[in-house]
Amino acid sequence: MKGAWKGQMKACVGALCISATLAAWSALASQDVDKSARSAKSSVYSEIEKAPEKARAKRNPFEQNPDAVAAGKNLFEQHCAECHGESALGGKKAPSLRAIEVQSAPPGAVFWILTNGVVRRGMPVWSKLPEPQRWQLVSYIKSLGVVSSEAVDYVPKKP
Amino acid sequence: MIARHTLLLTFVFSLVGLFASSSARGQESPYFVTYDHYLEEPGNLEVEYFSTFGPQHGGNDFHAFWAELEYGATAWWTTELYLDGQTTFGDSTLFTGVRWENRFRPLKHEHVINPVLYVEYVNKNGADKILREVEGHDVASDFLTPNAVARKEHVHELEFKLILSSTFKGWNVSENMIAAKNLSNEPWEFGYTLGTSRPLKLAASAKRCSFCPQNFTAGIEMYGGLGDRHSFGLKDTSQYVAPVAAWNLPSGWTFHVSPGFGLNSNSHGFLLRWGLSYEIAGFGERVSHLFGRDR
Repeated sequence: MKGAWKGQMKACVGALCISATLAAWSALASQDVDKSARSAKSSVYSEIEKAPEKARAKRNPFEQNPDAVAAGKNLFEQHCAECHGESALGGKKAPSLRAIEVQSAPPGAVFWILTNGVVRRGMPVWSKLPEPQRWQLVSYIKSLGVVSSEAVDYVPKKP
Repeated sequence: MIARHTLLLTFVFSLVGLFASSSARGQESPYFVTYDHYLEEPGNLEVEYFSTFGPQHGGNDFHAFWAELEYGATAWWTTELYLDGQTTFGDSTLFTGVRWENRFRPLKHEHVINPVLYVEYVNKNGADKILREVEGHDVASDFLTPNAVARKEHVHELEFKLILSSTFKGWNVSENMIAAKNLSNEPWEFGYTLGTSRPLKLAASAKRCSFCPQNFTAGIEMYGGLGDRHSFGLKDTSQYVAPVAAWNLPSGWTFHVSPGFGLNSNSHGFLLRWGLSYEIAGFGERVSHLFGRDR
């Protein structure tokens, strides 16, 4: 009986230690410590440049599809607008998708980012959306065009 | 007297009502038991309610239910709290336990096979019937014990899973290997789940719609015990196969349904599961605002 009680105590202490460790880790991870937002912003966009050549060369199969932009807009509103803003100009959690870095990137590179996310910087992987839907999203994002104004107050987290 | 599952449902939907001004459609997986490698989006909270109805040979039928609060702490870490309960008809309704699970994505990019590490702490009593997973020598006859007796058994358990998942041409294939350790000197127990699913249509339609085929995902999962450290294998284990389906609505709601079938005499012949979930976008940010912290 005493042994079982000891076992339960050990389990509780163990769970508390794990909780404390994870809470501390989470708090550290969520601290917005990078005050040099501008330079950090450019490093966020540099993730696009990391797309492999093979991915960059991929063509959007929905390029000529007249419904792709409308479908992509629906998908954007459902999955992306919360972080990137209704007009894709960015928000506190995610950068503008109308920056020159995104708009001038090859569609294949944008598709690669959507598929792989930027997990260490808070962008989840979106491969849960089927491939055609990710291409429809690319069609919509690329249809938006460049807005160069600093309309956002996004401060990226350190990786 | 209000039934406890009604209280649980009220709690779940109160939470949804409180924060429901902004929803996100998360393209939810249709699985009930199997995990794929997709984590909750950071800052989002998914509130879920699930039920399992099981006819019981030689005893009273049961309805087990659980609520889940699933939060995306980061893009690589999802944490989840479960509250479990059950009604055994002709016996009683009771709260059966709490679970706290964490899933971690160790790799930065998508690969052919994507691993996720899963750690769960379970504090439940012996009357738990939710069948969230099957491990060791869990069999249908375990559920014959009356609630008043079964609830006296307290189970503190750590459960580990290696989740391996791939998605190709819209098909998701997931495999979970389960190892569970009751912290009261019981041997390690093992189990598995396998699942595959696919949306009915891969491309989205140009119109925002509820009944479009891309909103429906269907598949099948198979799960069962693999014995324990002293007797590893399929002998004296229960095994199930279950078609699964999910309907993702643009409003943020997802309906899940799954009829399950036992594959051997140790299993329940039939299990009917259904569930309802709602994803609250930006939950973490709004809670931060409540406490005066601008994230």
